Amino acid sequence: MGFILVQFLTGLASASSLFLVAAGLTVIFGVTRVVNFAHGSLYMLGAYLGWTILSALPRDPAWFALGVVLTGAGVAAIGMTIETTLLRRIYKAPELLQLLATFGVVLIVQDVVLKVWGPDDLTLPRPRWMRAFVTIADQRVPVYDLLTIAIGPLMLLGLWLLFTRTRWGTLVRAATQDREMVAALGVDQRRLFTAVFALGAGLAGIGGALALPDGSANGQMDLTVITDAFVVVVVGGLGSLPGAFLASLTIALLQAFGIVLFPKITLVLVFIVMAVVLVLRPNGLLGRPLAAARGDANTPALVRAAVPALRWLGAAVLLLAALAPLFAGPFALSVLTEMAIAMLFAASLHAMMGPGGMVSFGHAAWFGLGAYGAAFAVKGLALSMPAALIIAPAGAALAALLFGGFVVRLSGVYLAMLTLAFAQIVWAIMFQAVSVTGGDNGILGVWPAAWATDPRTYYWLTLAICTAGVLLLRRILYAPFGYALRAARDSETRAAAIGLNAAWLRLAALVMAGAAAGLAGGLTAFAKGSVFPGYVSIGRSVDALLMVLLGGVQSMAGPVAGALVYTGLFDILLMVTDLWRLVLGLSIVALVLIFPQGIAGTVHRLWLRGREA
Amino acid sequence: MTVLAVAGLVKSFGGVQAVNGVSFSVAAGEMLALIGPNGAGKSTCFNMLNGQIKPDSGRIALNGRNIAGLSPNRVWRLGVGRTFQIAATFASMTVRENVQVALLAHRRHIWRFWRPAAAWFVPEADALLTQVGMRDQAERAASVLAYGDLKRLELAIALANAPRLLLMDEPTAGMAPAERTALMQLTRSLASRQGLAVLFTEHDMDVVFGVATRIVVLNRGELIAEGDGPTIRADPRVRAVYLGSGVTSGGHRC
Repeated sequence: MGFILVQFLTGLASASSLFLVAAGLTVIFGVTRVVNFAHGSLYMLGAYLGWTILSALPRDPAWFALGVVLTGAGVAAIGMTIETTLLRRIYKAPELLQLLATFGVVLIVQDVVLKVWGPDDLTLPRPRWMRAFVTIADQRVPVYDLLTIAIGPLMLLGLWLLFTRTRWGTLVRAATQDREMVAALGVDQRRLFTAVFALGAGLAGIGGALALPDGSANGQMDLTVITDAFVVVVVGGLGSLPGAFLASLTIALLQAFGIVLFPKITLVLVFIVMAVVLVLRPNGLLGRPLAAARGDANTPALVRAAVPALRWLGAAVLLLAALAPLFAGPFALSVLTEMAIAMLFAASLHAMMGPGGMVSFGHAAWFGLGAYGAAFAVKGLALSMPAALIIAPAGAALAALLFGGFVVRLSGVYLAMLTLAFAQIVWAIMFQAVSVTGGDNGILGVWPAAWATDPRTYYWLTLAICTAGVLLLRRILYAPFGYALRAARDSETRAAAIGLNAAWLRLAALVMAGAAAGLAGGLTAFAKGSVFPGYVSIGRSVDALLMVLLGGVQSMAGPVAGALVYTGLFDILLMVTDLWRLVLGLSIVALVLIFPQGIAGTVHRLWLRGREA
Repeated sequence: MTVLAVAGLVKSFGGVQAVNGVSFSVAAGEMLALIGPNGAGKSTCFNMLNGQIKPDSGRIALNGRNIAGLSPNRVWRLGVGRTFQIAATFASMTVRENVQVALLAHRRHIWRFWRPAAAWFVPEADALLTQVGMRDQAERAASVLAYGDLKRLELAIALANAPRLLLMDEPTAGMAPAERTALMQLTRSLASRQGLAVLFTEHDMDVVFGVATRIVVLNRGELIAEGDGPTIRADPRVRAVYLGSGVTSGGHRC
């Protein structure tokens, strides 16, 4: 009995801190419609800034409270800076570009934190009052936990009062429903957006500071927290505060008890919950279907086959790539192999995201399934490399087919989050099924066939397969199927009226993208000689997203350009500086501000300048 | 020759009788206007014909075959074209490609993965574009068209499955007055030339009386008058609904 109580209270305490982050995220999304990936970074800044402030203050509860509030204000100010210098300039840009910009901020903040606070985890010495216990039903419950538990509902109450009882809150709610209308009524949107972003950032900052006594400030917390916060926001329903609160409670309690009842699946429990909720309620627990923001930023651009000059450029690059082994060293060759694979991986995500209109936050799932599929084929079934390279895409495609039925019913961020959930479930299987997958140690010794052991031969093979794969995807996207897919994305109403079945088309696109990504994964397994759970990590999915977004989704040359630039930039940066995240993040932000249509999109537009699209 | 025959169509939402026992028919080459004040049941009627809403009871016969309750997809396949109140076209494609996709869907060529879509049905697409006067804009992006041209493109898409019946929901909403008449005259000439039956809803009375062969007036879910322009103009019940004699409320002036 007492044990259940303790788990229950622990769950409530973590629900509170989850809610603080998720509340900010959901409010920001509701009003600005920006999917703020940097929200976890604001939380991390809250933890570090809080550490600095609280370490300098006396250890009394009152000073602690003041320190937390100061931290919140500090992070709110940082949020305000991010909003006014970056986001404000791109509210009219396509949604995906805003997502890319916030990724840039994540990278920048990671290096800034590393530079300012160093690589070590920072913990706060706990003064006596913080270590105090009260005894409830014979169990010692930390006072600090009780405090945290109280903060969640209090914050919900405070926000509820703010949003329902003040003029400002009414405006925010109005903007959540229809921001153009609010602007038309003479409300300064810019100030409203900045204020909302600052509020959300402040909440994240407070959350970060409050988490210090029970944990530490560390460099990994941003991605962990953003994933949890996204899950909460999506489960609760985008833009819904009570939904976020309900979801925080559900998820934190499930985690608290799940860790005891099913220790094996704790890593994925939240994602399983999210997947179930999204399958049953496609708009989250308390969410309503979102009214699409008006404006023509998201009007898809005309897709045309590449102009001859671009084709010649592509052919020249391909020729150069084919000749590269004659003069490239072993390191350059391995980078080139990676680039060729990245190209196919990015093109596969593009097929899904661009013409398919399905943004995926978990594209690494197919990549990882392909890699593990190839590894099982050679290590477990003792098959040859060519057979493994057939099993890799086939296995990924089969998984995509099974999973796709759930995905194609959703749209937008909900769809993206369900793909993330699936990727995390795959990751957890690879990580925890140690007897089959080797767990964290992965599967080693996945070497190419004897005839392909020479890195040059393997590179040529990879280049040939990946180029063929990309060209095949391109061919399909320009064929009637690709047009029908794009038609269903452009106008679902019209597509249905001419007899197109959007769900089947999307499912086919997902299977196709899964197969291509699986092939990329299989090729990677042999290139590296091993497979690890890292192949299915969020980081890998983010890589693919960055490549596609950098290149631009509108154009089919985009993902290829994005993959080459991203992989190249990444490897060069890694060699010349240890601040590669900062440089990469700043480059991304700069690219977003300079090329709001992605690299390929912008080149295309410059090409068309003076002519009509 | 009767293309569409609707008999005793009924639909209620909760306790509200949206459409109550409506019957009418449209013949080939005829333009039938469905009018009535807001809330009269026009859209409900329309959406039942198209398959978006299932009727509670009643019969919708297309060339003698009952299509009541079929999905929009099936209805389209049986030869019913449709345009929307807010033009729905494919923005990432050119004008010609928009029509090509509709043709590909009509001929069931969607699940093809090799030959480029742009190479399919070019003469057929251009013929349709010529019919609506959009041939010279075939290479332009649909997203940059003027609204009137977009409506004409939508008409070409709706004609791609060689329909026997064309449903047009508020076809001239959002257009300039001069464009309105032009679009509807175009539709009328297509209808009479190809023996196409056209059913449309419309708020602009100039358009209605200018192009409709016959007019059906709905009020509160019931058919209150049917006939040609002069008959409808003279009908006391229609006048009461539209001009608000005090006997009927809820009508509005156009």
